[in-house]
Amino acid sequence: MTGLQIVVVITAVVLSLAAAGTIYRIAAGPSLLDRVIAADVLLAIFGASLATEMALNRHTDNLALLVVLSVIGFIGSVTVARYVAHKKEDA
Amino acid sequence: MSVDGVIDALTAVCLLGGALMSLAAAIGLLRFPDLMSRMHAATKPQVLGLFLMLTAVGLQMRAWSLVPVLIVAWLFQLLTVPVSAHMVGRAGYRTKHRRPELLSADELNDVVEAVREDTQPNT
Repeated sequence: MTGLQIVVVITAVVLSLAAAGTIYRIAAGPSLLDRVIAADVLLAIFGASLATEMALNRHTDNLALLVVLSVIGFIGSVTVARYVAHKKEDA
Repeated sequence: MSVDGVIDALTAVCLLGGALMSLAAAIGLLRFPDLMSRMHAATKPQVLGLFLMLTAVGLQMRAWSLVPVLIVAWLFQLLTVPVSAHMVGRAGYRTKHRRPELLSADELNDVVEAVREDTQPNT
C-alpha cells in the first residue's frame, strides 16, 4: 500500500464514524429540524466520500454527482423547513 | 522529496482535514444541546470540508483545467448552504426550538415584540 492509500483508509474510517453519529442523530431526533440538519450533514459526508474516491482513483466522474447532491440537500431542507413553519403556525 | 511526494502529502492533509471536519460535525450534532448550536456544527463539512476534499481531487488530477469546475462546484454549495440554513433557523425560531437560557443575545425577539405591540394595541 502506498502512503496515499493508507491515508484514504483512515479517511474512510473517520467518515464512517461521522456518518454513524449523524445517522444516530437522525434516528434520535428529537425534533424534525434536528433530523433535517443531520440529513444535510450526512449528504455532506457522502459528498466527501465521493471526492475521496475521486482523489484516490484520479478521475472526475463523480463531480456532477457532487453538485446534484448539494442541490438535493438544498431543496430538501428548504422544503421541510417551510413545511414545519406552516404546520406549527396552524396549530 | 519529489514533486509527486509533495503533492501526495498535501492531498493527504486535505483528505484528513475534510474527514475530521465531518467527524467534528457529527460530534457536534451528538453533543450540542439545542438546534441552533447543532446548526453551527453542521456547516463545517458543508463548506470547509467540501473545499478541502475538492482541493484534494484537484491536486491528484494535476490539471489546471479542472480548477474552474471545482470552484463552481464549491461556489454552488457556498450559495445554497446559507439559504437552507436560514430557512431551517427561521423555522426553528418560529416553532420554539430555541432555548432562550442558552442565548447570550436575541435581537430578533425585540423586533417580534415590537411588531406584536403594533398589531395588537389593545392587548
